[in-house]
Amino acid sequence: MPDTAVLDIAYLDAIVERHGRDANNLLQILVEAQERYGYLPPAVVDALAARLAIPRVKIEGVAEFYSFLHLQPHGTYRVLFSDNITDHMLGSGALMKQLCHELWVEPGKLSEDGLVSVNATSCTGMCDQAPAMLVNGLPIANLSAPRVENIAELIRKRVPLADWPAEYFRIENHIRRKDVLLNSAFQPGSALAALLARGGAQTLDEIKLSRLRGRGGAGFSTAAKWEACRAAAGEQHYVVCNADEGEPGTFKDRVLLTSYAEMMIEGMTLCAHIIGARQGFIYLRGEYRYLLDHLQQVLQRCREQNLLGQDILGSAGFDFDITIHLGAGAYICGEESALIESLEGKRGTPRNRPPFPVTHGYLNQPTVVNNVETFAAASLIALNGGAWYADIGTPASSGTKLLSVSGDCESPGIYEYPFGVTVEQVLADCGASHTQAVQISGAAGKCIAPAEFGRRIAFEDIPTAGAFMVFDQRRDMFEVARNFVHFFAHESCGFCTPCRVGTSLLKNMMDKLAHGHGSPYDLTEIEQLDQLLLSMSHCGLGHSACNPVLDTIAKFRPAYDRRLAHREYVPAFNLDRALTQARQMTGRNDAGAHLGEYE
Amino acid sequence: MSSFTLDGQTVTFDAGQTIMQAALAAGIYIPRLCYHPDLKPHGSCKLCTVKVNGRQASSCTYQAQDGLVVESNTSELNDERRALLQMLFVEGNHFCPSCEASGNCQLQATAYELQMMTPHYDHFYPDRPLDASHPDYLLDFNRCILCSLCIRASRDVDGKNVFALSGRGINTHLIVNAASGQLADTGFSGDDKAAHVCPVGVILKKRSGFRVPIGKRSYDIRSIGDLAEPGES
Ligand SMILES: Cc1cc2nc3c(=O)[nH]c(=O)nc-3n(C[C@H](O)[C@H](O)[C@H](O)COP(=O)(O)O)c2cc1C
Ligand code: SF4
Ligand code: SF4
Ligand code: FES
Repeated sequence: MPDTAVLDIAYLDAIVERHGRDANNLLQILVEAQERYGYLPPAVVDALAARLAIPRVKIEGVAEFYSFLHLQPHGTYRVLFSDNITDHMLGSGALMKQLCHELWVEPGKLSEDGLVSVNATSCTGMCDQAPAMLVNGLPIANLSAPRVENIAELIRKRVPLADWPAEYFRIENHIRRKDVLLNSAFQPGSALAALLARGGAQTLDEIKLSRLRGRGGAGFSTAAKWEACRAAAGEQHYVVCNADEGEPGTFKDRVLLTSYAEMMIEGMTLCAHIIGARQGFIYLRGEYRYLLDHLQQVLQRCREQNLLGQDILGSAGFDFDITIHLGAGAYICGEESALIESLEGKRGTPRNRPPFPVTHGYLNQPTVVNNVETFAAASLIALNGGAWYADIGTPASSGTKLLSVSGDCESPGIYEYPFGVTVEQVLADCGASHTQAVQISGAAGKCIAPAEFGRRIAFEDIPTAGAFMVFDQRRDMFEVARNFVHFFAHESCGFCTPCRVGTSLLKNMMDKLAHGHGSPYDLTEIEQLDQLLLSMSHCGLGHSACNPVLDTIAKFRPAYDRRLAHREYVPAFNLDRALTQARQMTGRNDAGAHLGEYE
Repeated sequence: MSSFTLDGQTVTFDAGQTIMQAALAAGIYIPRLCYHPDLKPHGSCKLCTVKVNGRQASSCTYQAQDGLVVESNTSELNDERRALLQMLFVEGNHFCPSCEASGNCQLQATAYELQMMTPHYDHFYPDRPLDASHPDYLLDFNRCILCSLCIRASRDVDGKNVFALSGRGINTHLIVNAASGQLADTGFSGDDKAAHVCPVGVILKKRSGFRVPIGKRSYDIRSIGDLAEPGES
């Protein structure tokens, strides 16, 4: 543990200097400071308040917003088990218990010797190689009981992470099906050469012709977004790549960042040319911290090849460069306006809209925010033309889509299909059998029952940001929905009343059913709460928090009916059990010391 | 002059006004808790949600536009507002009979106005210790509804940044600007705007309790809806 009295302030100063003493980089500074000190002791908060000339209350407020930042000691080893349903289906719950047992710690608490803490965290994007964990921010996948036993031993012996078996940290791409995007033998510089040959306005025309729509979920027209941003007045324009990939069950951006980063970066650069931006950001989720060095190297290679920097590819005045910002464990920062707040070093709270980022984004300047896959597709379109791309897929959903397939199937991984592929086809290709349900587009998405497996993946039928989680007949769909409800309660940013309180109420109600205190009354309550979330919430998180429950109630009603142990309302807690302590203290166990329900 | 309709009534507005501002100027009450006429709107409590051309929007942040059709006082919206109030009541610890703000509290008054009869949901009973460190003021966080009015007042009017939100989700809470976490160690003073904007009973002046007896306080005399007469803002 760092002694706050002898805190290495020189190191902190170097971090602050590297970030230009700019309070907009507060989150980046906190992330780096924590990597050094293990947590953010009061001395760091005070030093930063003085150096950045901001109130300490702001620093604390930011630090406590992000799950991965800590104002209290959290151990030399900080272990976080991925909490997605696909991790649980492969036994993560038991593995976490095992590790806690072997290390004598309680989940969420620091061990008495300050050595280790073990907790759960939202989906880490390793569902195709689950169960997974993060140790001091680095992912370990394919967890098993022997592996966990070994990890406990490594921690007990205080072996530095650098000396842990290298294969623990190996993350696979698992690309199972390639189409135009994953098959393209992309030559760095080729998309920018095409852009310069054709011209910016003409390239925008090609994007328009391609009918490319955003791959991050909402499916907004990419050309319309770029055009609006290009037309918006501002001192600076910005390009932001949304690599937050927080939607449970989604991991396709991880694979693109790992093996197709040049393509994405060139997509950002051609966007910069079109909208007139000189500065770009990649907002990389904290869970993908392990990709940071790799991405920095790719950026450096691009600079060396004059694909970034000044006068790109010799084109006078075409200046653009990219900075990577790390997230720190907050799903809401995938929402574009919360992402921008986070880029500005603040709590990731979604803004009031309008105005939208295309006119008032980063530092209130016109900003394009697109998903990783959208930028990669833009490169492909610049190379091959809009008409070529528009020919792929369906009329309303042109091109291809990467799916992150996980759950009950033989070959989980990345599948690229032209839009319009049926659910059935994907299930056949990934080797799924006895499938009961598919959750498409993550916790916020749709739950599809077998009768609908003929439906198509497309904006006009089943839209998706990429997650495709398969559940076979062994699975309890109530528990699936309950896992997602816990996710939303954990990730609600807390800004607006309906979602801050409503997602936690919903979580408690689902837990009440799970604990056998449910009655039809509770189901009606749940439905009303869902309605309220939908109509009153401030942003998409609150709006979609009800989806998993509404879908599963409609399609898997028996899973709920089984939980309705009572016909009439009963309270969430057992009154008689609540008296246990009083009975023990008074040494009584006669009928008079029990409530009526007791037999 | 530009105008929109609010529950069928024509409301005129000046350029740049929000629906809330225009309604207030016209003497029409739209329930609200995180809005204060002197401070930048925030849009977080969602009590002021109205339907604008059929879609929900926060009236305190939504710019008025010519020809909008706005619905506010409908049973559907009031039912949902009541549920929001119930959420705020169960999220904190509100023991109105023993609260110095009773009768002056906008949460309580809005609950009366919208005829909230019970808290309905299960209480969270959060553990929120008091801060009595300051010589003149007391902070009873049990009643905080996280409206951020004190934060905005301190930052934008007092230039002090005494308050901020911390935590996330249901663990969101108010903190003060001191390493000790105590109000006494901040630059807070009773002359601050922040000392006078809390809509509930968190920021309380010491040694002045119950000067005005219960029964004679603002909302004991008039309902909160009646206060929004022309000129109130
Ligand atoms: C709660 C929430 C989380 C989101 N998470 C992501 C994300 O992780 N990645 C992403 O690209 N878009 C995410 N989005 C969508 C973004 O707000 C935005 O629409 C998208 O980045 C735009 O890029 P696109 O047009 O290329 O899809 C999220 C939206 C919401 C409401
Ligand atoms: S809906 Fe939820 S996540 Fe979105 S602003 Fe409200 S509290 Fe935050
Ligand atoms: S203390 Fe009062 S003014 Fe400040 S956030 Fe809480 S309820 Fe609002
Ligand atoms: S008054 Fe508009 S959201 Fe609170």
